[in-house]
Amino acid sequence: MKTGIPTLDIAFVLNGVRVSATVEPRELLIDVLREKFELSGTKRSCDIGVCGACTVLIDGLPASSCSMIAADVDGREVLTIEGLGTPQGLDPIQQAFVAHGALQCGFCTPGMVLAVKGLLALNASPTEDEIRHFLRGNLCRCTGYVKIIEAVVDLAQRKHLG
Amino acid sequence: MLPARFELHRPDSLATALALLDEYGEDASPYAGGTELLIAMKARVVRFAHIIDIKRIAELRGIVARDDGGLSIGALCSHHELANDPIVRKHAPAYARLSANIANIRVRVAGTLGGNLCFAEPHADPPALLCALGAEVCLAGSRGMRKLPLQDFILGELSTVRTDQELLVRIEVPGQPEGARAAYRAFGHLERPAAGVAAVAKPEGKGYAWRFFAGSMCGRPTALTLLEDAMAGQPPAEALESLERTAQAAVEHIETYDDLRGSADYKRHLVTVLALRSARAALGLEERVA
Ligand code: FES
Ligand code: FES
Repeated sequence: MKTGIPTLDIAFVLNGVRVSATVEPRELLIDVLREKFELSGTKRSCDIGVCGACTVLIDGLPASSCSMIAADVDGREVLTIEGLGTPQGLDPIQQAFVAHGALQCGFCTPGMVLAVKGLLALNASPTEDEIRHFLRGNLCRCTGYVKIIEAVVDLAQRKHLG
Repeated sequence: MLPARFELHRPDSLATALALLDEYGEDASPYAGGTELLIAMKARVVRFAHIIDIKRIAELRGIVARDDGGLSIGALCSHHELANDPIVRKHAPAYARLSANIANIRVRVAGTLGGNLCFAEPHADPPALLCALGAEVCLAGSRGMRKLPLQDFILGELSTVRTDQELLVRIEVPGQPEGARAAYRAFGHLERPAAGVAAVAKPEGKGYAWRFFAGSMCGRPTALTLLEDAMAGQPPAEALESLERTAQAAVEHIETYDDLRGSADYKRHLVTVLALRSARAALGLEERVA
């Protein structure tokens, strides 16, 4: 047991599984995911909510896990990149990224893929402008974005065709 | 970096939250989306021993159409909700559009309108248009409620008239007269606007009575009264000519300063461009990229 430092117990659904954790109020979601749950697919870069590397989905919507306290996911559903597809069976979004060469170093990719998942859940067939607008907060320092946009346009058209 | 240690309170009623604020005073801060507060706490620019998470308080939620055609917006409404809410899209489409363009999707999902207004970071989109629409804010304290124009609520950079014992509960946007039009246009290289201008036009004379507010220039939105006077009641084409003629003079003396988002001169120039764009957009004219 810890000494005198106030903690609270939280319970949430993580990648489809009910989990619980004891956290300090100030603990950030990204640290709890990476350290307590050993899910290191969620990346930290800017640490101030602007780059999107740490994007996870909470109740289906994108969130900066670097800029929220873990206590805030109490009772909610969190999806990290580990919850999407398997090494044998990639999620269609991951597949499209591979097919279009939409990643180089890969550091932005987990956040980017989850942001795309959030977008397609809200809007199954976004236009290229809508894709660019939605992904504005996910930065990539390698690809120049063109191939990422191509991958998502491809997905959007496929969804559109059913 | 981690914020300094704090105690987290999660009241589920307004009364409990107000009691906590009374008890802890300046050692406490209300906390909602955290998009600004948490970043400041992580940077250790601010520090609170008690964080009062107000997200469970039902009284602070919801968007309701008012009898006069306006909107009553719960302080906890996120920018994402406001961008997509059918009532907002119908009654205040310009405001829905503004909300859809704030920062990035993660900020829009987490960030609340109440938090945005209370934090009073000058480089923000909502205040200029809400001031132009004549919005009022309702503050609750354990001794009662008060309501005041948003324009008087924001005192300056990171500063409002809200006391440590009060919570912003609702934002009231009055209905606009038949035929009124509104638009907001902003520009910036970073996530926050370097400058933004809101235009609201209400039918008057052969044209409109105009309200213009420039945001992000200084601590509080600035009314561009010179433009308003020059354009009042003129037919639209003439009003736009007056705007172009007067814009330079209208921005010359507005308070602003050099900052990360641009020099004072640059921001003043942006306001002349954005005033024209927002006026044209309000009139439903095709936007001419100047
Ligand atoms: S690391 Fe969280 S947004 Fe950049
Ligand atoms: S692939 Fe390297 S940052 Fe995007």
